[in-house]
Amino acid sequence: MTLPHPALFTALLRIADDRLVLGHRTSEWCGHAPILEEDIALANIALDLIGQANLVLQHAGAVEGAGRNEDTLAFFRDAVEFRNALLCELPRGDFGVTIVRHFLHGLYSVLQWDALTRSTDQTLAGIAAKALKESRYHVRHAGEWVIRLGDGTEESHRRAQEAVDALWPYTGELFMQPADEADLMAAGFTADVSQLEAPWRAQVDDVLRRATLMAPADVWMQRGGRDGRHTEHLGHLLAEMQIVARSHPGAQW
Amino acid sequence: MSTTERSWPLWEVFTQGKDGEPHQHAGSVHATDAEHALQNARDVYARRNEAVNLWVVPSAAITASTPEDMGPFFDPANDKAYRHPQFYKVPKGVKVF
Repeated sequence: MTLPHPALFTALLRIADDRLVLGHRTSEWCGHAPILEEDIALANIALDLIGQANLVLQHAGAVEGAGRNEDTLAFFRDAVEFRNALLCELPRGDFGVTIVRHFLHGLYSVLQWDALTRSTDQTLAGIAAKALKESRYHVRHAGEWVIRLGDGTEESHRRAQEAVDALWPYTGELFMQPADEADLMAAGFTADVSQLEAPWRAQVDDVLRRATLMAPADVWMQRGGRDGRHTEHLGHLLAEMQIVARSHPGAQW
Repeated sequence: MSTTERSWPLWEVFTQGKDGEPHQHAGSVHATDAEHALQNARDVYARRNEAVNLWVVPSAAITASTPEDMGPFFDPANDKAYRHPQFYKVPKGVKVF
């Protein structure tokens, strides 16, 4: 069976870029987290996410067949060529924003990887099975924190609620099924992300309730990342992430 | 957490390397409660596949002997050779005991 290359390549970028960009954002905490244990936990999550991106980009490069590997795709694409959801590129914010974002995206990630373990693309299914375990742990880590911050002190509750309010308008994009993936979905290559929203919302509501936090009522949902239209924040992130690779192309260590 | 006491309680971490092996002391972590301690222990001591099981114990729950106890606790063993089963011949083939 021949792969529908152009659509599959873009679909794989959407999966990989979420993890690459969020992973790099998370790595910004290295050396700055509130305590040593949390510093290690966040660095660990960042490495997991970048590892997931690495595998999917490797596969994307092979699918594209144009000689680009995972490094070329990570370090030599510009912002308009990235396909991550806007949620992943927002600044890291305070610890509350970091944790709430990991929770909101982590839950989506678990549901998406779980669906992708049944992909007819065997390589993608294999990557999903490995990544699913990691993402389950990320949700456990973030979820426990959301409950502690929300149901903690007055300040931690206020900051956690502010984080939920600020990030919420960026969650809708996760569940907007890109039109160009219709054929892929029909062939069982990718998951229908619009189907993931109901289970995601149920689990989010359960944790927010235990954390004494509130999801905002209907708000306008931001979109654009899946088609390469990004916030100003992505360019700055990429500048930092790509500068070494671009200054010394082909360098080895 | 009170505002005056800013550090979290300490927990001792024990890791089990393989099924059936005894848990061994790996170190300690700070955490707000047991579940949080397990997570921190996983990240600090078991993130490189070092363990199949973890125990965390509040450090405050451990009663330890003190350096002053060293004499009364351990010295009496030194002059009673008959406490040590070193006069027995070990059968051939026994390599670990």
